[in-house]
Amino acid sequence: MTTSAIRRGARRMAAVLAMAPLVASADWDKLNLTRGVTPYSEEVYQLHMLILWVCVITGIGVFGAIFYSILKFRKSKGAVAAQWHENTLVEFLWTAVPAVILVVMAIPATKALVMMEDVAHSDMTIKVTGYQWRWRYDYINEGVFLYSGLARTSDVARQLNSGIDPKTVDNYLLEVDRELVLPVGRKIRFLTTASDVIHAWWVPALGWKRDAIPGYINESWALIKEPGVYRGQCAELCGKDHGFMPIVVRALPEAEYKAWLEKTKAEQAPKTADSASAPGVSVATAQ
Amino acid sequence: MSEAAAHHDAHHEHHATGMMRWLTTTNHKDIGTMYLIFSLIMFFIGGSMAMIIRLELFQPGLQFVNPQFFNSMTTMHALVMIFGAVMPAWTGFANWLVPLMIGAPDMALPRLNNWSFWILPFAFSLLLGTLFMPGGAPAGGWTMYPPLVLQTGEAFPFLIFAVHFMGASSIAGAINIIATVFNMRAPGMTLMKLPLFVWTWIITAFLLIASIPVLAGAVTMLLTDKFFGTSFFSAAGGGDPVMFQHIFWFFGHPEVYILILPAFGIASAIIPTFARKPLFGYSSMVYAAAAIAFLSFIVWAHHMFTVGMPLAGELFFMYATVLIAVPTGVKVFNWVATMWQGSMTFETPMLFAIAFVVLFTIGGFSGLMLGVTPVDFQYHDTYFVVAHFHYVLVTGAIYSLIAGTYFWLPKMTGHMYDEKLGKLHFWLSTISVNVLFFPQHFLGLAGMPRRIPDYAVQFADWNMVSSIGGFVFGASQLLFVIGIVKCIRGGEKATAQVWEGAHGLEWTLPSPAPYHTFSEPPPAASIEGGMR
Amino acid sequence: MASTSVQRTANRKLVGQLLVLTAMMFGFGYALVPLYNVFCEVTGINGKTGRLSQVQAATLVPDKAREITVEFVTNVNAGLPWNFRPLQDKVVVHPGVLTSVAFEMGNRANYGIVGQAIPSLAPQTAARYFSKTECFCFARQPLAAGEQKTVPVRFIIDPKIPADVDRVTLSYTFFEAPPAPEPQAAVKGSAPNT
Repeated sequence: MTTSAIRRGARRMAAVLAMAPLVASADWDKLNLTRGVTPYSEEVYQLHMLILWVCVITGIGVFGAIFYSILKFRKSKGAVAAQWHENTLVEFLWTAVPAVILVVMAIPATKALVMMEDVAHSDMTIKVTGYQWRWRYDYINEGVFLYSGLARTSDVARQLNSGIDPKTVDNYLLEVDRELVLPVGRKIRFLTTASDVIHAWWVPALGWKRDAIPGYINESWALIKEPGVYRGQCAELCGKDHGFMPIVVRALPEAEYKAWLEKTKAEQAPKTADSASAPGVSVATAQ
Repeated sequence: MSEAAAHHDAHHEHHATGMMRWLTTTNHKDIGTMYLIFSLIMFFIGGSMAMIIRLELFQPGLQFVNPQFFNSMTTMHALVMIFGAVMPAWTGFANWLVPLMIGAPDMALPRLNNWSFWILPFAFSLLLGTLFMPGGAPAGGWTMYPPLVLQTGEAFPFLIFAVHFMGASSIAGAINIIATVFNMRAPGMTLMKLPLFVWTWIITAFLLIASIPVLAGAVTMLLTDKFFGTSFFSAAGGGDPVMFQHIFWFFGHPEVYILILPAFGIASAIIPTFARKPLFGYSSMVYAAAAIAFLSFIVWAHHMFTVGMPLAGELFFMYATVLIAVPTGVKVFNWVATMWQGSMTFETPMLFAIAFVVLFTIGGFSGLMLGVTPVDFQYHDTYFVVAHFHYVLVTGAIYSLIAGTYFWLPKMTGHMYDEKLGKLHFWLSTISVNVLFFPQHFLGLAGMPRRIPDYAVQFADWNMVSSIGGFVFGASQLLFVIGIVKCIRGGEKATAQVWEGAHGLEWTLPSPAPYHTFSEPPPAASIEGGMR
Repeated sequence: MASTSVQRTANRKLVGQLLVLTAMMFGFGYALVPLYNVFCEVTGINGKTGRLSQVQAATLVPDKAREITVEFVTNVNAGLPWNFRPLQDKVVVHPGVLTSVAFEMGNRANYGIVGQAIPSLAPQTAARYFSKTECFCFARQPLAAGEQKTVPVRFIIDPKIPADVDRVTLSYTFFEAPPAPEPQAAVKGSAPNT
């Protein structure tokens, strides 16, 4: 086989390999960043698409020039090498133009960042505490808290050689025993911290992740626009079960959220005296 | 190498044979060869770990390893590949090529050179030995973030000392290269006539000297925190775990450029050779490399945007980070302009070099995306990051190393490599490496965190595709070894110039390059000829 | 072919300079520790709060027109069998007015333990305007087996606090205190309350 035949074959193979799954699923949501359900996640999505397109267009230009050169300026086609190796104007342009593009891109990026860091005037606060390997959520000023760990169905299936097909488990590795219930339409402030090592709390639909660091609290916020169930995972390596501490947020309309909160308050009331006063206690005593 | 040894000058003092020759050698070519072989071995050890990772991730559920061992594999894979494969390979190339390129008889400090190599097998015995220790190998990630890394078992002090030794070896190598280039250049070889590989290595060497000691300090603090009651990183004692991340990345970001700058040098040697056209914008290449090196010291916090920084800090690190795209872009454009109106042929080194430019640029694009703080809050610590740094390091650094190997192997061995085998290696590698890493962008965007041994079923399809790519890529590298072994053992005789378009002092020497070269400085004319 | 003596001298000099550079960068790694602490104090990274004497606190002029909600959250680090909670969820204060609050802590273990509380304030930008004149975090806290204790905190917010801050959260995390600090280490270890 000649080189060019190999190359043609290889290119065709690469194209098939690249296209097959695309055509099969034809589902862009599976390939791209989530749009999410908060004003911030929308900003992030728009920004992501902007930079992606800038990169794609630049890529088409650069790679186009490379492939054009490969096809056009080959010795086998009798191309004779020019000997120029400098051009001040061109060099100035390809330094200045990218710099200008970057400045233009930096404007919406700065705007989004200012938005993210503006935690003031929140309507409620949730404290998120990372443990090896589950989460604790405190509804600040409500006296309600809960621990949230990997659901039992997933936990059984995820053992080495469990013999259970993960595909038969609902929301394998993304299901918890107790969900974090939140209201829609309220600016929720999150305080993240941890009890042992560093974790990171991440629900893609909210548009951000934030590290949970023992001894320190970090602030972030989210305003969930639509009711629904949003799943995420710990995003900072935190030891052997790092892959097994999911996050599930159930966003409810205000009235349903209120009802849930009152119900949970009532459930926890008799125990409040001893367990709510012990934020660091183990799950056994807390529940 | 036996042929090369046979060439050794009659008037040279007697030197040991067999194992003692390699243990005691101070010859830059011998030491360069040892570095390159060592790094190839490490590439396969680190690669085997990657195969275990991809095997476990082939489908959801845990089939082969437990999570703790999986974490050890990701941790060790990174340490072995960074400190064992890529960095020693660059030092190996520098040992072989810098004296030849600047017309020097040897490295400036031959005995130090011997030590800096022999520290490495020792360091990696310590590191790899931890795999067999109670509690297992380090599993807290190569970034060694406390408090997690302090939960490491008996392996902990071995990890720290291994890092110290690797660092000492790199610093010694860097000092040697700087001394060689500054003091040993042939008359007439001015700084702005140096081949770009030498230039990028000089900048790399300064990065090493400036950053590795900071890493040594950081891991020493970890060690004293664990065993001697200090609390640099423990909040209880007044320290701060986040401070480790700052110190680590102050080293870590320059480290990224330590791994990639010499690759720029190699691409800048290969592309003009096979385009038969002088490198476009030589001086802008030098300035761009220097600019990148400078910027690399003020962008470290972009690795840790999610720890919670004041707005001003986040903005500063975002602006500085995206600014790196400018000098990096200059380099890429220069390579493209070098090919433009050239007269190109596509031998294996050129294929790898072109693939390097294209695929490294893809890694550069994702790097630009990651540099934008608000979006990084989504991308951070996902497979998008994994895809990014593998595009930069595998199809960047490793591809350039492979290109350099095929390019200079005839000069080192005196034989041409098997071109058909080389092309097969290229096509298999290039297709499979994209099957391996491109889908990881999708996985990351879809929400898959990195460093997890098992995943939700929605990530199953792309993980399987990625694993298949991984297995093929891993197997393809066996062709590389076969090609090298075949080339050492024989093959078509290489001419002195080897490549029609090759320019530079190393190509004025016979192939294989004699054991001792440039005992007399090269004539000024050949230096000018190298510059064209 | 051996390097000339001129070259050897040049090499030696250069190697010496590069080794000095290496040593300086090693030192720089350690210098980053105090630099980082100063940086944190100025920028409020990690919400390290300040400490003031009663006298200093008295010099602040109260701003009765402004109200700031101060929330309290408590954490106990893994492995420390203590209870720890604020006796009030939140207070609303005027900047420049010294305010007292109280926390309750208890040792559930059947042996004595020494704890150290680490404060952290959110938002970080407010941390440098938030100071305490009295706090249990200023010193290590020993608790005997089963001992229960109520401890006060007196704090004051500088009226210069940025105008957009309407709510701050003061967090305390109890850690088991590092074993046997030498007097010298205690000076360094006093960082949590500064």
